[in-house]
Amino acid sequence: MEAPNRAPPLVLWYETPAVSDTPLLELRGVTKSFGSVQALTDVDFEVRNGEVMALVGDNGAGKSTLIKCVAGIHPMDEGEILFDGEPVSIHGPKDAAKLGIEVVYQDLALCDNLDVVQNMYLGREAHDRFHILKEPPMEAKTVETLKSLRVTTIRSIRQAVATLSGGQRQSVAVARAVMWNSRLVILDEPTAALGVVQTEQVLALVNRLAEQGLAVVLISHNLHDIFETATRIAVLRLGRNVGVYERAKTTQQQVVEAITAGAPTKVAGIPSTQAAPA
Amino acid sequence: MTAATPAPEVETAELEPLSTRIRDAVRSGNLGSGPVILALGIIVLVFSQTANNFFTPGNFTNIITQMAGTCLIAYGVVFVLLIGEIDLSVSFISGMAGAVVAELQLPTGPHLPWYLCVFLAILAATAIGAFQGSVIALVGVPSFVVTLAGFEIWQGAIQNVLGGVVVIQDNMINNFSNYFFSTTAGWIMAGIVSAAYVGGMLGAAWSGRRHGIAIRDPLVLALKVIVVPVVAVLTVYILNKDRGVPFALLLVVGALLVWTFVAKRTTFGRHIYAVGGNAEAARRAGINVPRIRIVVFMISGAMSGLGGIVLAARLNSVDLNAGGGTLLIDAISAAVIGGTSLFGGRGEIRNALIGAAMISTVSNGMFILGYKTGTIFIVTGVILLLAVTFDTVVRRLQVRSGR
Repeated sequence: MEAPNRAPPLVLWYETPAVSDTPLLELRGVTKSFGSVQALTDVDFEVRNGEVMALVGDNGAGKSTLIKCVAGIHPMDEGEILFDGEPVSIHGPKDAAKLGIEVVYQDLALCDNLDVVQNMYLGREAHDRFHILKEPPMEAKTVETLKSLRVTTIRSIRQAVATLSGGQRQSVAVARAVMWNSRLVILDEPTAALGVVQTEQVLALVNRLAEQGLAVVLISHNLHDIFETATRIAVLRLGRNVGVYERAKTTQQQVVEAITAGAPTKVAGIPSTQAAPA
Repeated sequence: MTAATPAPEVETAELEPLSTRIRDAVRSGNLGSGPVILALGIIVLVFSQTANNFFTPGNFTNIITQMAGTCLIAYGVVFVLLIGEIDLSVSFISGMAGAVVAELQLPTGPHLPWYLCVFLAILAATAIGAFQGSVIALVGVPSFVVTLAGFEIWQGAIQNVLGGVVVIQDNMINNFSNYFFSTTAGWIMAGIVSAAYVGGMLGAAWSGRRHGIAIRDPLVLALKVIVVPVVAVLTVYILNKDRGVPFALLLVVGALLVWTFVAKRTTFGRHIYAVGGNAEAARRAGINVPRIRIVVFMISGAMSGLGGIVLAARLNSVDLNAGGGTLLIDAISAAVIGGTSLFGGRGEIRNALIGAAMISTVSNGMFILGYKTGTIFIVTGVILLLAVTFDTVVRRLQVRSGR
């Protein structure tokens, strides 16, 4: 079982040392096509509790499609999802939320006209049986959540989200995802629109999520961000697995090579025909 | 969702001095209806100096009964604007309700009791709203087009339903605009409204305290708790000097309280603001956006219906012109002048009342001063333009000043 004849030390699943428990989320053989376009072919993926798993790849590599399959936005054509080792089926965003999977989309999905508390509880407001809002517990829980994530830059939780900076908005979106006893948080390009300082804030936040024992999937184009946060890095190319790299044992150069020219691998790490012409 | 955490654990967001926040509000353009109330005060002052018989209890009563119908319709318009849509059919839905009431009470016709007439008219108006809302929310036709079609359709329906002028002979229906409460009843109402408002405000503050949330603006809270009862008492005092509190005012204030509560204190109201702010975010958060849209158009229809009954009662009759004239423009202008955004997500129910009061006061005062109807239209238009321009400029300053 030779690694492909390339310099980077490729770490495939079966080679990964059993660090902790079983993966929280495990995808096996996910295949998805949109009409004639094959978006994902036989893709495997996993993420464990307490780790930040980066999901990288060039445009069109299938990152977002994979995430949308997990979030219940796209049904997948083939493949299975294991959550906590149990096979589960996800048919909609509500199924995903029930499992404790929360996605922070690139556009954040915040209502600018509402304040921080209102956004944190959007669609899940605390109310009594007459559907009258219970503001005090919502406000208290918001303060508590932001505090636990050490989001301290927001001046007032009663200010409209429109008045917040990009980093603060991202923090609100992440805090919202975390608040619901979520176990897996998926972040889609969380730093794409941020400045340097704000990017650092958000990356620190991402690290804190993992420290708290959550499983985190980070989709990003920015290798600097990934190397600052990720435990492992999964590379997709043209809708196929290239490999999973351990951050500590790899360099940015190697990841770039994998993204741009990585050879697709088959499920069990057996190089596919194109990958091993030798 | 979960039980509240123990109070001492929770720190509320730091409170800044009131002055800082007022400056922030001015700079960020969140002035609400402040400038309009100020302008209204100035206009009242000017008219009271220039127009004879303007600043009298009798004329105060007139202004209130004149604006009641428009104001009730405008409450519904605020809801529609809050979700970022428009309803151009409100005027003829109101005319439709007037026509239904008038036809159903006819002694020579169905001759139904007044409450059935009123109920069926509002039901019909709500059903129209539900139909239009469904086409908008489920099919995806723009609200502008659907309600423009409704504008034509219901206008045509009124012309077909009514042969000509139908006189409303049922006194109970006419009372919607012409009944005045006794002095005692007026004071009792002032007491109830004040108590309900003060109770609601203090109750909310108290419940916050129990959860360890400090009262954000003790000064503002105190001001509100004092000003609203004072206004209520003053209004009743002036009205009692004339004919008493009109039933129409009870409808206006009652609807204001009910709809403000719905918009601000219920999940449904919160979802309305969410849909207006970012419909896609609302959808992803699990909010049933089409349902919200349909119900909002039903509210708009129902309030148009109620407003139409009040307007019909004021004339004691319904004619082929019902719902025509400047009613549509006045209702939408009232909501917008009061400070409701046309782009959704920003505004308060009370904006409708403030805007309707503005329009009604200006036209009443100018009429007394002997201006022609044309001039009154021009002035109302200018006020609308000024109000929206002011709002736009202030918002642009907000962007410039950064976040």
